[in-house]
Amino acid sequence: MPYTTYLVEKGASHSFVAEAKPPTVTMPRIKALMTGSLPGFVDVIRNLNSPALLEDSVIRQAKAAGKRIIFYGDETWVKLFPKHFVEYDGTTSFFVSDYTEVDNNVTRHLDKVLKRGDWDILILHYLGLDHIGHISGPNSPLIGHKLSEMDSVLMKIHTSLQSKEREVPLPSLLVLCGDHGMSQTGSHGASSTEEVNTPLILISSAFERKPGDIRHPKHVQQTDVAATLAIALGLPIPKDSVGSLLFPVVEGRPMREQLRFLHLNTVQLTKLLQENVPSYEKDPGFEQFKMSERLHGNWIRLYLEEKHSEVLFNLGSKVLRQYLDALKMLSLSLSAQVAQYDIYSMMVGTVVVLEVLTLLLLSVPQALRRKAELEVPLSSPGFSLLFYLVILVLSAVHVIVCTSAESSCYFCSLSWLAAGGVMVLASALLCVIVSVLTNVLVGGNTPRKNPVHPSSRWSELDLLILLGTAGHVLSLGASSFVEEEHQTWYFLVNTLCLALSQETYRNYFLGDDGEPPCGLRVEQGLDGAAAARQDGPGCEVLERDKGHGSPSTSKVLRGREKWMVLASPWLILACCRLLRSLNQTGVQWAHRPDLGHWLTSSDHKAELSVLAALSLLVVFVLVQRGCSPVSKAALALGLLGVYCYRAAIGSVRFPWRPDSKDISKGIIEARFVYVFVLGILFTGTKDLLKSQVIAADFKLKTVGLWEIYSGLVLLAALLFRPHNLPVLAFSLLIQTLMTKFIWKPLRHDAAEITVMHYWFGQAFFYFQGNSNNIATVDISAGFVGLDTYVEIPAVLLTAFGTYAGPVLWASHLVHFLSSETRSGSALSHACFCYALVCSIPVSTYIVLVTSLRYHLFIWSVFSPKLLYEGMHLLITAAVCVFFTAMDQTRLTQS
Amino acid sequence: MKDTDIKRLLYTHLLCIFSIILSVFIPSLFLENFSILETHLTWLCICSGFVTAVNLVLYLVVKPNTSSKRSSLSHKVTRFLKCCIYFLMSCFSFHVIFVLYGAPLIELALETFLFAVILSAFTTVPCLCLLGPNLKAWLRVFSRNGVTSIWENSLQITTISSFVGAWLGALPIPLDWERPWQVWPISCTLGATFGYVAGLVISPLWIYWNRKQLTYKNN
Repeated sequence: MPYTTYLVEKGASHSFVAEAKPPTVTMPRIKALMTGSLPGFVDVIRNLNSPALLEDSVIRQAKAAGKRIIFYGDETWVKLFPKHFVEYDGTTSFFVSDYTEVDNNVTRHLDKVLKRGDWDILILHYLGLDHIGHISGPNSPLIGHKLSEMDSVLMKIHTSLQSKEREVPLPSLLVLCGDHGMSQTGSHGASSTEEVNTPLILISSAFERKPGDIRHPKHVQQTDVAATLAIALGLPIPKDSVGSLLFPVVEGRPMREQLRFLHLNTVQLTKLLQENVPSYEKDPGFEQFKMSERLHGNWIRLYLEEKHSEVLFNLGSKVLRQYLDALKMLSLSLSAQVAQYDIYSMMVGTVVVLEVLTLLLLSVPQALRRKAELEVPLSSPGFSLLFYLVILVLSAVHVIVCTSAESSCYFCSLSWLAAGGVMVLASALLCVIVSVLTNVLVGGNTPRKNPVHPSSRWSELDLLILLGTAGHVLSLGASSFVEEEHQTWYFLVNTLCLALSQETYRNYFLGDDGEPPCGLRVEQGLDGAAAARQDGPGCEVLERDKGHGSPSTSKVLRGREKWMVLASPWLILACCRLLRSLNQTGVQWAHRPDLGHWLTSSDHKAELSVLAALSLLVVFVLVQRGCSPVSKAALALGLLGVYCYRAAIGSVRFPWRPDSKDISKGIIEARFVYVFVLGILFTGTKDLLKSQVIAADFKLKTVGLWEIYSGLVLLAALLFRPHNLPVLAFSLLIQTLMTKFIWKPLRHDAAEITVMHYWFGQAFFYFQGNSNNIATVDISAGFVGLDTYVEIPAVLLTAFGTYAGPVLWASHLVHFLSSETRSGSALSHACFCYALVCSIPVSTYIVLVTSLRYHLFIWSVFSPKLLYEGMHLLITAAVCVFFTAMDQTRLTQS
Repeated sequence: MKDTDIKRLLYTHLLCIFSIILSVFIPSLFLENFSILETHLTWLCICSGFVTAVNLVLYLVVKPNTSSKRSSLSHKVTRFLKCCIYFLMSCFSFHVIFVLYGAPLIELALETFLFAVILSAFTTVPCLCLLGPNLKAWLRVFSRNGVTSIWENSLQITTISSFVGAWLGALPIPLDWERPWQVWPISCTLGATFGYVAGLVISPLWIYWNRKQLTYKNN
């Protein structure tokens, strides 16, 4: 690049090596260049998923100042700054194999635009070099051609600017910079030196230099560009910028202006520091800033009094140095604030979680045995020695890490007691794991008996469940699968239904083909076939030779019931399909029209009212079966109250009052419903307690559980938005169908039923319109029946409203299993399975997120999902406590 | 069981694979702008037509189920009509299943239906050729240990693998790579095709591998 080299070495220019922070991918780099902030910093606080850049940026400031901006090049800019450019031509960077067209597309506008001169800022983003790097690497012969092409472009722009400068008083500024570098293989994204270092050349006639003046390129941060540009253009510095002014650029200006610019920059940085760091006063940068501000004041006073004196200049350069120091400190402490992960605390947490998971997994064979006892072997001298050793090692590590770490660390800032507790827990868990492992290894014959290990036979349903769980866990590593997690669950639930339908067909059409005919000896392999009908499922075919002696349904079913059994999976599938089109969620297809939007639009209020009333009716019909008469009445009144509440806040209407104008907050109606909810829950608890006292009364306990369940349903009906009421109705319908026609006749075991409940619960979480995005949480649920914001009830109600699907399915599970008398330990099995099934994704996800913490989407996709997972884990814990309580009552009964 | 049988099976399967490969290359000689991704629907029609034709021809030439009795012309005609009806029914029921799985109900109906057609061509047509319009036989073949010949065994394997292929083909759809083959239903049809081809390749090998263990009632 001869011309550029000439400019850098001799011309009126300043050149730097700008360091880009990882991830070195185009989009965050453009953000860094234009906002001066580091990606992942403000994104957390701001709206998480908006594709357009909402933060303050140079572009936005320039637009606000009435500058005319023209852009040609990479389309990302157009997406990031929609409506900011008066003229643009975006080139999609999608087809990497093309490296001429993308650049010609930019260059063809150049002559016209340069001649026209009706713009203030012209941004050109050439993609060709990046594309060549992607195709053939940094040593490709194509690179030379491309660089000379770029050089000629630069020359064209520069000469045109120079010729124009004679007419206008202000000098123009030509900035040549790269968004990221290129690694040895020609790609980019990580943090190697080649990828991180980018050129930054500022060319302007204002930077005139004398012949002997050799300027060595300094190392600066890429984020400094935003501040420099803003100051050069006379704009306010973007609010979230952490960059500092590139001082050589303003060196030629009078002292007063230099100080003024530096002051602007430090003030902006200090403001940012104040917003983000609680103890900002102690920050050395802040102290420096205070001091330099004071000195600056002195200087100004002196400056106003007398001019051109030695003292003034000396003091001025002192202030200058002070400011530069302050800038450096502030910038440093701000970016350190940003790019830091508290690795030590993260590791401690992950280790504890993993230990618990390992313990759970190791106890699978024990827990699923008939008796379901979970004895924890402890108290052998070897293990206690190990325990103390581990504690010692851990505390040593803790002391070393906490004293050596220069950065603040959450775990170190905990009190010693809490930290010690965590360490004791971790080491105790480790010892338990080791002892369980030795038990398993020593008593090697125990696992052979259990039903889950490979020696036993799996039905295709078990296989599907295992594969589905594994697949879901694996899918959490991909950001798109996290964004579209609902698709995963819908897919799994559909496949589950098809597998169930296949099972029903096999049971009813083929009778009992459980025992393999003797003539056909087939070794274990993939020849056991799907007994699917020809049109049947294409998915549950991954099956193994089963022959687990599926319970021959000896009872002869009457015709109608048989058909119901055969049809019920298809009915459930149809319900799921309907629910799926009710709320479009996720990211890619979220804009698609759905029934929910159609219903909530004000033109369709009548339809919505009918639908809501119908769903409430269905809910009543389905729930009242198991209730005692008193709670039946309470339920009916409560559901009426729900409708009245929705009518009062104006989302549905009564047929006799078609257009009521008076819209209240519905406080009275909502509280009316709350009374019934509490009443039903209370009767349920009373029944449960009574059943515990009167040991023999098994029936009473079932009724009590069902009443608790119906209380929760009523609460959900109150909290759900009216267009979501069908979700509740269908959920109850599916539960009834499954209970009557699938679980009872097919006699699945407790583990299978638990996993199915879990899957359906997850699917209903998304049917409600939730997603892995904070924006979809329905906060209005927290205000139902409350005048003002009261924190605890609001949080509880919102949490219940969001997780109503999983919670309702879990409580149905409790009721279903305790009403089934066939197996005593079903509940504890179920509890164990539920905990396991929930904790596997969570713990895997924690590990994944820890390793992906420099991923591009860590803040926008992965961290909200982590919040959801954490919340889900809390709910699961509550459910498991409920399970255990139920199980305890069973134990005390017997 | 004889090795000649397995050899015949292998040849027929190779012919089927060859027909699929032909369906990719032949149309580009006659049609302009033909490519699998861009003119996907055309390819779907052509491919399903090829596979159906090859299956029918093979059935007429090889006659795997020699046990079927000779019958009158009218019987044959009704049989053929029945087969057609079964084929259509399977297409429609596949379509219903795809919609239940989340395919759009109204838009892209033609695409979804053609996917159903090609999946039927991979699964239902061989079944119809081999077993005829006989639901009992179908249930027998697709139930555990119900197969009575290597033909039925390979039928089982190819059918299952095309289903699995179609199922797996749906997985990349939510990914944000924005590739042209991620559009519905291209990834699924490609998955089904690959599954079918894999089944065609695997089944003779698998049968050959396990020929010692496999004993059939009728042999």
